[in-house]
Amino acid sequence: MSPATAHQATTGRAPKAEIIFWLVLAAGFWLWPSYLPLASQVLIAGLFALSLDLVLGYAGIVSLGHAAYFGVGAYAAGVLSKFGWGEPFSGLLVAALCAGVTGFLTSFLVVRGRDLTRLMVTTGIGLLLFELANRLTDITGGNDGLIGMEMSPVLGAFRFDIYGKVAYGYSLAVTFVLFLLMRRLVNSPFGLSLRGIRDNPGRMLALGYPVHRRLIAMYTLAAVYAGVAGALLAQTTQFVGTDVLSFNRSAELMVMLIVGGTGMLYGGLVGAAVFIVAHHYLSGINPAYWQFWLGAFLIAIVMFGRDGVLGACIRLERAWRTRIAKPAAAP
Amino acid sequence: MITSFLGVLFDGLAYGMLLFLISVGLAVTLGLMNFINLAHGAFAMLGGYVCVLALQRWSLPFSVVLPVAFVISALAGLLLERLLYRHLYHRSHLDQVLATIGLTFMAIAVASYTFGPMQQPLQVPKFLSGQVSVLGVDLNIYRGFLLALGAALTLALTLALERTRFGASVRAAVDRPRIAEALGIRVGLVFQVTFSVGCGLAGLGGALGVQVLGLDPAFPLKFIVYFLLVVAVGGTSGLKGPLYAALLLGVIDVAGKYYVPQIGAFIIYAMMVILLVLRPQGLVSRR
Repeated sequence: MSPATAHQATTGRAPKAEIIFWLVLAAGFWLWPSYLPLASQVLIAGLFALSLDLVLGYAGIVSLGHAAYFGVGAYAAGVLSKFGWGEPFSGLLVAALCAGVTGFLTSFLVVRGRDLTRLMVTTGIGLLLFELANRLTDITGGNDGLIGMEMSPVLGAFRFDIYGKVAYGYSLAVTFVLFLLMRRLVNSPFGLSLRGIRDNPGRMLALGYPVHRRLIAMYTLAAVYAGVAGALLAQTTQFVGTDVLSFNRSAELMVMLIVGGTGMLYGGLVGAAVFIVAHHYLSGINPAYWQFWLGAFLIAIVMFGRDGVLGACIRLERAWRTRIAKPAAAP
Repeated sequence: MITSFLGVLFDGLAYGMLLFLISVGLAVTLGLMNFINLAHGAFAMLGGYVCVLALQRWSLPFSVVLPVAFVISALAGLLLERLLYRHLYHRSHLDQVLATIGLTFMAIAVASYTFGPMQQPLQVPKFLSGQVSVLGVDLNIYRGFLLALGAALTLALTLALERTRFGASVRAAVDRPRIAEALGIRVGLVFQVTFSVGCGLAGLGGALGVQVLGLDPAFPLKFIVYFLLVVAVGGTSGLKGPLYAALLLGVIDVAGKYYVPQIGAFIIYAMMVILLVLRPQGLVSRR
C-alpha cells in the first residue's frame, strides 16, 4: 500500500497529528509574529494547492492551467471591492461563484481526452484567460494590476492591519473551514468513487458510476476552492496582478503540490510551506539560483522521492510504528 | 489588400516552417516513446544561444553556425537521453511532465545566469537581409530563406524516412514498437538516434529563429505551447501532419496578429482549445 492509500484509508477518524497541526497553525500569532504576512501566503497557497490536489490527486486530471480559476476569483473579489463593496465574506462568496461557473463551463472541455490533450486544454484555458485579463484593462487594470481595493473590517470588527494579524486569522479561518469540508467529502462515498475513477475509469463506468458527471462536479468544486484562494489573496494584499493567471503560477502550484505529496489532503499545505519558505530564503540570493535548484529538486523528486515530503513523513511514521509493535506481534 | 494578404501568407508560412523544424523532434519523441517532453523548447533555446555566441563572439560565418547549432543540440539531446530521459519512458505522463518542467527550469536558470534576462539582438548576414519585390509584394529575404531551407530539410527528412532502411525502422517502431522489437529492430537505438536528430533540428530551428521568434531565457516556456499544439493537432505518425499543422498555425498566428491585433495571441489559444475538444481522443498515441 502506498503511503497515500494507507493514509486515505485512515483519515475517517481524526488522528491526533491533524489536530496538533491545526493548533500549531492557530498558535501562529505567538510562534511567528513577525512572519504573519508570509504565513498568510502559505495558507493561501496551501488552499490553492488543495484545490489542485482535488483535480490531480483525487480525480487524476493533469492540469497546468489551474491558475485560471485562482485568477478569476482574485479579479472577482478585486473588482467587487474596487467598485465599492468591500465586505470580505460576501466577496469570497462572489469569487467562489464566479470561479465555480468558470470551472463548470470549462470542465466540459477538460474531462474529455487523455493526458496530453487535457494538459493542453487546461494550459490553453489558462493562457486564454491570461490574455483576456491583459486586454480588459478597464476592469482588470491590465499589466499595471488592479489597484484601489478597499476592504471593510472582517465581521465588522477586525480591520485589516499592516502587521497582517487580521489577514492571518481570516485566511486561517477560511482555510480551516474549507479544509474540513473537503475532508468530509473525500472520505465520503463520493470521494471514494472519485479515487476509483482516478485509478480505473473504465471499470467505474462498467460498475455504473456516472464518471463524467462526477469529474465535472469535482472539477467545478476545485475551481471554487481555487477561486476562494484567489479572493483571499486579493483581499489580504489588496492588489491583483495579471500574474495570478499566468502559466508560471500554474506550474509553480503543481510543483508545490508534488513537493508535498498528492492525494493526501495535507500535501498541498506542506508543499506550499516548504516551497514558499525556501523561495523566501533562496531567491534573495539570486533568482536564477532558485530556479535552477527548483528544477533539480523537481527532477530528484520524480526520480527518487515518491509522494513528496508528506509521503516520506507518513512512511517514516509507519516504519516507526512497526518497529515498536514488532515484539508484541511475534507469533 | 491582396498584396498585404500575400505578404501575411508568406510570413506566416515561413513562421510555420520554423515551428515545424523545431516541433518535428517533439512529434517523434511523443509518437515513438509516448514521452511528453516539455523541455523540448530548451533545445531550441540552446541552438539559439549557440548561434548568437558563434556569430558574435567567435565570428563564425553563418553557414558554419547553423550546422554547429544542429550538432551541439543533437549532442545535448543524446547526453540527456542517456542520463535522464531513459529512466522516464515507463513512468506516468505526470512524472514526465514534472521531470521535463524541472529540466526546463534548470535550462532557463543557466541561460539567465550566463546570458542575462534580456532579448538577444541578432544581425543576420547581409546577403540574407532586406526585401525583394515579387509580383508587387515586398517579401523579406530572410523569411524566404527560411521557407526554402525548411522545404529542403522537410524533403530530406521525408526521403530519409521513406527511402532508407533506418527510416523504415523508425516508422515500424512508431507504429508497432513491440512487433518491431520482436523483428529484431533495436527500438532503443532507433529512439536514441531519432531523439538526437530531433533535438538537433530543434537547435537548428532555434538558431534560425533568433530573429523571427526572439531569444531570451524564457523562450522554452513561451513557445512550448506552440510546439505542443503542432504535435497535438498534427499527430505523431509521419511528417505531413505536423507540417500542415505548423504551417496552418503559423499563418493563423501571423494573420491574427496583423488583422486583429487586439486579440492577437488569443486566437491561437482559442483555436487550440476548440481543436482539441473536437478531437478529444487525442491524435497523439495509438497505445
